[in-house]
Amino acid sequence: MPEGGLATEAATASARARVDDGFWARVDGERWIKRLLIVALCLWLGVVLVLPVLQLLVKSLADDQGGFVGLTHYVKYFNSPNLFVSLRNSLVVAVLTTLLSVGLGFGYAYALARTTIFGRGLLKGVAMMPLFAPTLLNGIALIYLFGRKGLVTTGLFGLLPGVDIGVYGPVGIVIAETLYAFPQAVLILVIALKMTDARLYEAAQSLGASPLRIFFTVTLPGVRFGLMSAVFVCFILSFTDFGAPKVVGGNYSVLATDIYKQVIGQQNFSMGAVVSVVLLIPALLAFIADRLVQRRQVASFAARSVPLIPRPNPRRDVFFAFYCWLVGGAIVIFYLTALFASLVKVWPYQLELGLWHYHFSGTGGGGYSAFFNSLRMSAYSALWGTAITFLAAYLIEKTRQLHGLRQLAYFLSLAPLALPGMVIGLAYIFFFNARGWEIAGVFVANPFNWLYSTMAILVLCNIVHFFSVSFLTATTALKQMDREFETVSASMGVPFTKTFVRVTVPVCLPAILEIGMYYFVNSMATVSAVIFLYSADLPLASVAVANMDDAGDTAYACAMSMLIVAANILVRLMYGASTAGIRRRSQAWLTR
Amino acid sequence: MTRRWLQTTRKMMLTPLLLLAALPAGAEELLVYTALEDDEIPGYMELFKKSHAGIDVKIVRDSTGIITAKLLAEKDNPQADVVWGTAATSLMLFDQAGMIEPYAPKGLDKVRPFMRDGNTVPHWVGIKAWETGFCVNTVEMEAKKLPVPKSYADLINPVYKGHLVMPNPASSGTGYLTVSAILQLMGEEKGWAYLDKLHDNMSSYTHSGSKPCKMAGAGETEIGISFAYRGFMQKKKGEPVVTVFPSEGSGWDVEANALIKKAKVKESAKTFLDWAISAEVMSAYAKVYPVTAYATGVAIPEGYPAEPEKQLIKNDFSWAAANRARILDEWSKRYDGKSEAKK
Repeated sequence: MPEGGLATEAATASARARVDDGFWARVDGERWIKRLLIVALCLWLGVVLVLPVLQLLVKSLADDQGGFVGLTHYVKYFNSPNLFVSLRNSLVVAVLTTLLSVGLGFGYAYALARTTIFGRGLLKGVAMMPLFAPTLLNGIALIYLFGRKGLVTTGLFGLLPGVDIGVYGPVGIVIAETLYAFPQAVLILVIALKMTDARLYEAAQSLGASPLRIFFTVTLPGVRFGLMSAVFVCFILSFTDFGAPKVVGGNYSVLATDIYKQVIGQQNFSMGAVVSVVLLIPALLAFIADRLVQRRQVASFAARSVPLIPRPNPRRDVFFAFYCWLVGGAIVIFYLTALFASLVKVWPYQLELGLWHYHFSGTGGGGYSAFFNSLRMSAYSALWGTAITFLAAYLIEKTRQLHGLRQLAYFLSLAPLALPGMVIGLAYIFFFNARGWEIAGVFVANPFNWLYSTMAILVLCNIVHFFSVSFLTATTALKQMDREFETVSASMGVPFTKTFVRVTVPVCLPAILEIGMYYFVNSMATVSAVIFLYSADLPLASVAVANMDDAGDTAYACAMSMLIVAANILVRLMYGASTAGIRRRSQAWLTR
Repeated sequence: MTRRWLQTTRKMMLTPLLLLAALPAGAEELLVYTALEDDEIPGYMELFKKSHAGIDVKIVRDSTGIITAKLLAEKDNPQADVVWGTAATSLMLFDQAGMIEPYAPKGLDKVRPFMRDGNTVPHWVGIKAWETGFCVNTVEMEAKKLPVPKSYADLINPVYKGHLVMPNPASSGTGYLTVSAILQLMGEEKGWAYLDKLHDNMSSYTHSGSKPCKMAGAGETEIGISFAYRGFMQKKKGEPVVTVFPSEGSGWDVEANALIKKAKVKESAKTFLDWAISAEVMSAYAKVYPVTAYATGVAIPEGYPAEPEKQLIKNDFSWAAANRARILDEWSKRYDGKSEAKK
């Protein structure tokens, strides 16, 4: 925008004409503050991300006493037949889940973005349900549906002929993981399908292309980047998840449950580190592949594009309505079954309903104190996570200092996408529990050791675990904001902090709230990272679900999951209500 | 408006900081690691709180294998003050690692010799024995016309294929005492051959020793190899479970207590250990476990054999402790993750 640039220059010139020494001193001071903040951000990322992962790598090369043993553990691990079984199993599960969730998700997303079927808002909400629950619940619900005494297996307790699908093992894992990955696939694909230029379709239609041909020559190429992203995301999620295989895996071992067995079951930390590294590699490869692909993406939705507005088409819409309500209905049945099971006295022998399993006495995990700890942890994660993420995105996107460091910070901010929760959790144990390090023969005490087994480390772990997606949300929001705001404010002598507080934050408020909700919901539901980090004083709800399931108290585990889901739905509704209000007020400037 | 909003935000941001700072304070508490069952602990702790209101006990409860591994992992920086009700074979490992501070709790003279460590100032003191028991779901067995197994030998009958669940001995104390009993009863060679056959019948191995029994109670398996207490408790809840004591004798271990060697051993830790073998809580143990550290006069709990000690095999604890790592290694090599899920 040349005019804008000129105007800024003129403004700067006139400002410079009025210069006094104080003004320039402050501008200089601001630059230093920004530099300092960027350095601080890089240091922070170094401490919470780079060093722990390095420590994990070092640990995989050391024995339990800390002596360097080189690749001994790897050799031992690669020589055990178990590794290849688990690796193959993990890959099989991940590939099947990816195919299923992206396939099902594509149809669902297509219906949401490109058709006019009834109840799209509700359908989208239903598809997001699995985001609110620990993945353990997917497994638990599956047992109540397809286990030996499940609703489907027994045909509603003998009312109908039952079917046994043999849920313990790969079948169960794939179903549970598909449920887990499905909402992510839908989210990505809906955005991809919406960002389409209607003019392409008009052109294709006027050239007389058949709908099928249009689908293959216009629709699919148009969403290929979204499709690839969905594939990578679903692959990483299902490859690294441990909740579902832990509950319904039976004897079908996968890498994630191997880590759990090594670390929690046998406290063999070095071996856990080795399996973590093995788990990390495919996830990292998928991450890098995704980055490379996305880099080639040129904005397909340019300023002159015309958004595609779906028009009614009865035959197509009936088909998609049927499809969506079928898929959505299946998801609802899943969670309703879990709710029902949590209320049944003795499944399947005494079907009286009541709150038997909501008192949590006589079972482990910590009961309501665990639940309240989780609420607290999630609130802190939301608060601090949002603040740090937004600030990080602001510094990287809106400042002009220290280009190299900002590039580095950008890369590091996306890196958590490739880090499975278990890897983060394990890396955190190693790093924060270390008493210190021998560096060049000098013992350096660990300045962060006090964080170990506190609430702070749990919050930190969640912030890092869910950093990337929040960071991308913040970056997108900041990118939508015109640069002129900063330039003009600066030229008028307004400190950048004031611009930040009075302009940037209010304009980006919807994104900020979204980030907060994202942190809260995920912190409530996550198990994989925090299961290694929680301490006896601070039991957590999601970990309690894992522990109660381990002890065989499935109904209690199910009840606790229901509390987590309820809290998350409540927060989601609060978010919905508050954004509706804020959109009306703070985004008024967007409408003319 | 903005200013007030800012102030509120600032306060909200600060509150967590303050809370975090406040957390480590009030640290005068006792950290107890235990492998006792989740539904036993509250009853015992109520007794403790009644007589020791001033001591704030924090309990870390997990399966035996996990408590064992956790303590060993924390060897250089021990967190726990006391280990309570955890397998003696595990405590022997801590002892070997030099992690135990010998202590003679009040009332030690009453404790029977086989329930305590042989040293004059014992390194560990038992409270009760827990033993293998099969939990059998009678409804499901009848529906499938399966005979109720009476012995270990019965379990490898092919009719039970896919109907058995047992705990993984690496993480579960119950799993380990059962495996160690089989190896001791049959000798290693025959024992492993037996376990191979047992593995063919197994539908899955669980993380904890109580889960197989709870699965049997819920009909998710027909037979769960577990421990006797669990079976009786599940029955009490209304689940159709009978507990079978294998005719060859049950594997067993002593649930014992020990003081952890730390830079500063708390006085309250000793108080806790004294209480843990006091007559008051011993009677509470005896209500659900027939074999306790010393006779309490409490009647044998319903369902147990009349001479409960005869049901226990001749168990060589030092053998079981010394060979634990080797046996678990061999077990994992043979059965862990090699099997696909069976239907």
